[in-house]
Amino acid sequence: MASVKLKAKAIDGGLIEVKALMTHPMETGLRKDSATGEVVPAHYITEVVVTANDKEVLKTNWGGSVSKNPYLSFHYKGAVGDKVKLTWKDNKEGTDSAEIAVE
Amino acid sequence: MVKLLLPGLLISSLALTAAYAAGEPNADAYRQMTYGDRDANPALLVVDRGEELFKEKRGPKSVSMEECDFGLGKGVVKGVYAELPRYFKDTDQVQDLESRMITCMTTVQGFDAADLKKKTYANEKANEDNTELEAIAVYIASQSDGMKINPSTSHPKEQEAIKVGEALFYHRAGPLDFACVSCHGADKQRIRLQNLGNFSKAGPDAQKAIGGWPTYRVSHNAVRTMQHRIWDCEGQMRLPDTEYGAPLSVALIAYLAAQAKDGTYVLPGMSR
Amino acid sequence: MKRRKFLTNTLAISAAGIAIGSGLVSPQRALAAEEPATNPFTAKTLDEALKLINATDHKPSTDIQLKAPEIAENGAVVPLTVSSTLAGVTGISIVVANNPTPLAATFTLPEGTKAEVSTRIKMAKTSEVMALVQTKDGLFSAKQEIKVTIGGCGG
Repeated sequence: MASVKLKAKAIDGGLIEVKALMTHPMETGLRKDSATGEVVPAHYITEVVVTANDKEVLKTNWGGSVSKNPYLSFHYKGAVGDKVKLTWKDNKEGTDSAEIAVE
Repeated sequence: MVKLLLPGLLISSLALTAAYAAGEPNADAYRQMTYGDRDANPALLVVDRGEELFKEKRGPKSVSMEECDFGLGKGVVKGVYAELPRYFKDTDQVQDLESRMITCMTTVQGFDAADLKKKTYANEKANEDNTELEAIAVYIASQSDGMKINPSTSHPKEQEAIKVGEALFYHRAGPLDFACVSCHGADKQRIRLQNLGNFSKAGPDAQKAIGGWPTYRVSHNAVRTMQHRIWDCEGQMRLPDTEYGAPLSVALIAYLAAQAKDGTYVLPGMSR
Repeated sequence: MKRRKFLTNTLAISAAGIAIGSGLVSPQRALAAEEPATNPFTAKTLDEALKLINATDHKPSTDIQLKAPEIAENGAVVPLTVSSTLAGVTGISIVVANNPTPLAATFTLPEGTKAEVSTRIKMAKTSEVMALVQTKDGLFSAKQEIKVTIGGCGG
């Protein structure tokens, strides 16, 4: 089951607009389980890397302050047909990625 | 202005509500920035998950939900939500999307209804992800995106459901004597920054509200459906929980959908 | 919260008890034995976080646009867009002063990537949000207060 939804389209000025949605609990590590009273361990995406034709166009590092089911958007100089790939890693060695061709 | 006999604090907050005066603090900019871009809606991933669950052969009978009829024939999902709730001959009942899903998942897929109803809503306080029922519901509903809100209202049982729903809408109950109309019976009401749509009449408030459900609620970090909305309102009103898909909830939804007729579905929605 | 800190320090003291007894470590040192955060994302104060990302020296700049709502109707999802017309932007960071972990995100922008990033953050309560923009000429900042409100029915 996919945890990344990618959109990449060419806009004015030779720019590609990338929009990404991810499914992830983004657990801060500061929340207490109401049933057990135990602190729920941190579980959040720590790094997202986006490449276009295998060249890095964005890297972002996150903590628990990013919303659950995070969203990310940015622009880079590129062209229709570029292969855009997003990979996320979290603090529990979880990872997932998705790829899309720029329209 | 609805006459209310509510505890003092609530009266004063409701009595002071009015349309936002120019320059008054409001959440309009937040709403535009947060809900305005449909590509930024986390519900889209839940819709995808719902589609997988819908198409997968599941249950003791190992059958896909494509074998089900949601009102427009077996296997048809496009446009079905736009015409719900509606009367179904095979169950001789008016059903909304979610009660119809239970019918499908039990009769066609062989699931046990009581089991299914054990996992109806994600517990947002425990940071849970949406349940299967929520994912399937938002998938089916989203296939009516852009369509007119057009619940079936011609069958006598449909009309009866709407009348029952209306009666329930005005029925005061519980320790605080709340009825739906207590909060949703006048124009331009709000509680703090949240607008309270007037659902006592057919019109834009009902259209906008119904047209946006199911929705990704940011305050829950989860998709919520109409069954959840009714259940949540009941909680706020200090009323007992209604069972998932119960006739009472279907009647209320039938009434609200009828008030929203000719509005447009924008699904999945995104809201507070 | 205060209580927990006390207990942590007590444990630290007992662990360092032997050292104190032997006169090798002063009491103040023992009390400060709580491990400082090295991960900027787990730093619990704005100052700590800024120190850990080497961002304590920043100049306010009007060439940074922090687009964020003044009032958020919920703190779980607060949209932000940070953009800058400064030349040679290589990085952007976002910090939320009143969050339990103030550093929200850092962005590394290679050549060819526009100096504009959008994301959504959690805010524990009303707070100043600051965007830090790294360029070849130095580190610049812009900030804005975002009010976080509670819901209509108390939830």
